[in-house]
Amino acid sequence: MSLFRLASIKNSEITPREIFQARRKIIKASLGFTAAAFLPTAANAEKKPFETVPVGPYSGDFPVTDYEDVTHYTNYYEFTTNKTGSTVLAQALKTKPWQVEVSGEVDKPGVYHLEDILKQNPLQERIYRFRCVEAWSMVVPWIGFPLADMLKAFKPTSRAKFVEFTTVYQPENMPGQRNKSLDWPYTEGLRIDEAMHPLSFIATGMYDDELPKQNGAPLRLVVPWKYGFKSIKAIVKIRFTETMPQTAWNKAAPDEYGFYANVNPNVPHPRWSQARERILGAGLFASKRDTEMFNGYAEYVAPLYKGMDLSKYI
Amino acid sequence: MRLKKTHWRAIKAIIFFVSLWPLAQLVIDGVNDGLGANPVETMHLTLGRWALRFLCLTLALTPLRRLSGQRWPLRFRRMMGLFAFFYASLHLLVFLWLDIEFSWHYFRQEVTETPYLLLGLATYCLLLPLALTSSVNMQKRLGRYWKTVHKLIYPAAVLALLHYFMLVKSDLRQPLIYAAVIFILLVTRIQPKRNA
Repeated sequence: MSLFRLASIKNSEITPREIFQARRKIIKASLGFTAAAFLPTAANAEKKPFETVPVGPYSGDFPVTDYEDVTHYTNYYEFTTNKTGSTVLAQALKTKPWQVEVSGEVDKPGVYHLEDILKQNPLQERIYRFRCVEAWSMVVPWIGFPLADMLKAFKPTSRAKFVEFTTVYQPENMPGQRNKSLDWPYTEGLRIDEAMHPLSFIATGMYDDELPKQNGAPLRLVVPWKYGFKSIKAIVKIRFTETMPQTAWNKAAPDEYGFYANVNPNVPHPRWSQARERILGAGLFASKRDTEMFNGYAEYVAPLYKGMDLSKYI
Repeated sequence: MRLKKTHWRAIKAIIFFVSLWPLAQLVIDGVNDGLGANPVETMHLTLGRWALRFLCLTLALTPLRRLSGQRWPLRFRRMMGLFAFFYASLHLLVFLWLDIEFSWHYFRQEVTETPYLLLGLATYCLLLPLALTSSVNMQKRLGRYWKTVHKLIYPAAVLALLHYFMLVKSDLRQPLIYAAVIFILLVTRIQPKRNA
């Protein structure tokens, strides 16, 4: 049995497609091997749906965090404030059917079916750093498409200066939404130039697989140079606005969470330091990592904030 | 029926080993890779919560003595207090070792930018003299001052609570439960004075 399993995995590693693809893909395949070792036998035999998705631009060459850690350590307050509890509770979320309501300053407003959005946006992989405002970080191989590609299809008008995103409101399946830990539904926003930046990404999968519910299925934002709470999960509304939209954490604690929330080691959170970060899965005795300006993406995004005092615009 | 000295010794030994269980559990989980994606955070939260729980237990024993009219709760007060200090010490050790790696540079950086760390350190500074003067010998040497010194547990409990409240992002339910317990335990200490 175990011999057969070993043989089948080796086969998948030497398929011509794998050889054809970049070095990162090969690293990814070996990573899949270690992850597969923890899964039940039935899952081993299955091929993951996005194994052949090509690697996109801006994808980093970082050591990827274990799938197990990424799927068992999520801040999803719609379910619970317990980071492992959301793994179980999130499975109750209804993600089919899924629609996204597009409104505001656009020429093509309307209710879009998820399938239609997916049809128009070819998938790619982006390995990004992810830095939480709580001073921990991970590296995730997302599957999805550039946010700009999706937004441009809705034809924003010249008055669209900001984009607001809203998470699904499903209190019957999201127990956290039945208490007031935040003002539900969760909303987030980006300036239009941030949203159109090629780093901004919409994820519909990760680790060659479908996006797990606790990680924001079926459709989430990924903005790698900002603190994780900007990367809103389970999006059902996209609204283009002329004025800066309100965001959930900013409403909850305006002096602690700004609209921008750019990763910045030099500006501490009012209650804790942001100078270093704990790397998930690095082990008990691993040193923390020095947090980088814009989470290491300064060369791409620093021009967006030219002339802005980043200790004021947090 | 009266329990003999040997019985009390046995009961104390049992409670001593039971009180070590949270630490044993952490070690077992640590060895088996069971502390989750962020093991240092798990250790911090577990050790901090147990320090606070033992602090609450310590504070509960005097009211329990008054309520029950029995002396036995006081037999456990020193042990519970020392366990609160023990778990607080491990909590601090995790910070000094795993968070700042005994580096003065990181200590300055983290403490100046993280006010709840200052509160935690202040709490520990209040608990330290209590632990150091907890022996029978010290109790005798300090005489009537011993009681005064040991009233430091009240501000220590309040500081520990503030320390907990300050690190929570938005869901205050957990620290609120501890706050309610400590509030009740402190208020019961005021009432008898009024009646007297």
